[in-house]
Amino acid sequence: MTEKKPALELIDIYKSYGSLEVLKGVSLSASDGEVISILGSSGSGKSTLLRCINLLEKPSKGRILVSGEELELIPGKDGYLQAKTARQLERMRSQIGFVFQNFNLWPHKSIIENIIEAPTQVLHKSKDEAIARAEKLLDRVGLLEKRNAYPANLSGGQQQRIAIARALAMEPQVLLFDEPTSALDPELVNEVLAVMRSLADEGRTMLIVTHEMRFAREVSSQVVFLHKGQIEESGTPEEVFDRPKSQRVKDFMASHG
Amino acid sequence: MNWNWEIILEYFPRLIDGVWVTLQLVFISGIAGLLLAVPLALMRTSHRTWLRALPFAYIFFFRGTPLLVQIFLIYYGSSQFEAIRASALWSILREPYWCAIIAFTLNTAAYSAELIRGAIQAVPKGELEAADAFGMSHWLKVRRIVLPRAFGIVLPAYGNELILMLKGSSLASTITLLDITGAARTIIARTYTPLEIFFAAGMLYLLISAIMIGAFRLLERRLNRHQHYRGPEQVSRVDPRLAE
Repeated sequence: MTEKKPALELIDIYKSYGSLEVLKGVSLSASDGEVISILGSSGSGKSTLLRCINLLEKPSKGRILVSGEELELIPGKDGYLQAKTARQLERMRSQIGFVFQNFNLWPHKSIIENIIEAPTQVLHKSKDEAIARAEKLLDRVGLLEKRNAYPANLSGGQQQRIAIARALAMEPQVLLFDEPTSALDPELVNEVLAVMRSLADEGRTMLIVTHEMRFAREVSSQVVFLHKGQIEESGTPEEVFDRPKSQRVKDFMASHG
Repeated sequence: MNWNWEIILEYFPRLIDGVWVTLQLVFISGIAGLLLAVPLALMRTSHRTWLRALPFAYIFFFRGTPLLVQIFLIYYGSSQFEAIRASALWSILREPYWCAIIAFTLNTAAYSAELIRGAIQAVPKGELEAADAFGMSHWLKVRRIVLPRAFGIVLPAYGNELILMLKGSSLASTITLLDITGAARTIIARTYTPLEIFFAAGMLYLLISAIMIGAFRLLERRLNRHQHYRGPEQVSRVDPRLAE
């Protein structure tokens, strides 16, 4: 029996800003359909780790593999790793969906234009095909009637649901969520979590940096706790939430209820 | 004082001829200047130091010297070079009309490049990161996200630049062009009625500015339509299909 290649594999990721080491050798592997939540207090490096995966931040050291394909990295003049070829980086980025804390929709484009932008321009899909798929996704996140609105006309929760639809339109292998609900008013958090939950249920591979403990416990297959740029503890939600081994994780769980 | 309306009416067609010259100067150099300004602005925002430095001297010179001096340098200066007089360029550079257009183009390009550079740098970083995260190449990002966003941001300031240029275009009259100001001066040389004719010329400039301001307001409304808030947004509920 051959082992299936993990959807996403990070090997020994290091990242420093000057003398400040943010990540000190983090390795992570997500098999197909796995949902991994990354927890940790602020400054633990969890967002940096996520942003290193598609090189929004350049790691100092480490290897990144998506579906078994390794992103070729070479050292740049600034001392950080950079992609060897722009072409491979762009192709791999197009397979990794990224959902930002601040949504980052393009405000000069309507909702439907936001969603079809990358499929038509990066994947060169036909406009009709992209629109048909975008409308399905809009329907799925419950915002079909907003197809011609502009991002500024939407609430934060709606914008984040659009941002998720926009990421899904690329049919990515992996979805990365960088604190997707942290910029939202409390009453808007649930509508975004509901969409994410439905994605987890249909077996999408997801990495989620979040402060929503209850949500993380319910949807994750694996929970990773980062502290000072290293994995302090990882395991199933039951192991990390109910029977944490490290005192630090115990304290964190106690203070985050 | 003896205010003479008839003199305005009599010479009005000559002033209107001047209006066409003024409009040509402003619009031809406005468009050419914009086409030149975009690549200059992109160079100014490049990560490469030498690319950034290249347009600096040009922008520094054209922003730091008076437009009148620039017009004189091109009109009187170019004829001093035997090489230019012998070349095909001479058929252009001996015409005051083209000298004025070249001077205005280079001048407005320098100012506009700085305006556009500022607008490019004002595009929020997150929107660029989103483009990166979708695998857009650098040029695709520039074409689809950076420039459209920058144009929306720069528009009010650019309208201002175009109006400054309209008024600056009156300097073309110093190299014999019969724009509004040039026409007014020729008429006055014959009639000795500076008050009436300059008043009429001023009114024509005012009218053109008013039309330009209105046009830019319309353009702004169209280009920046995404910024117009359409009334209070009700807090949406989770779609029932998603609730479990």
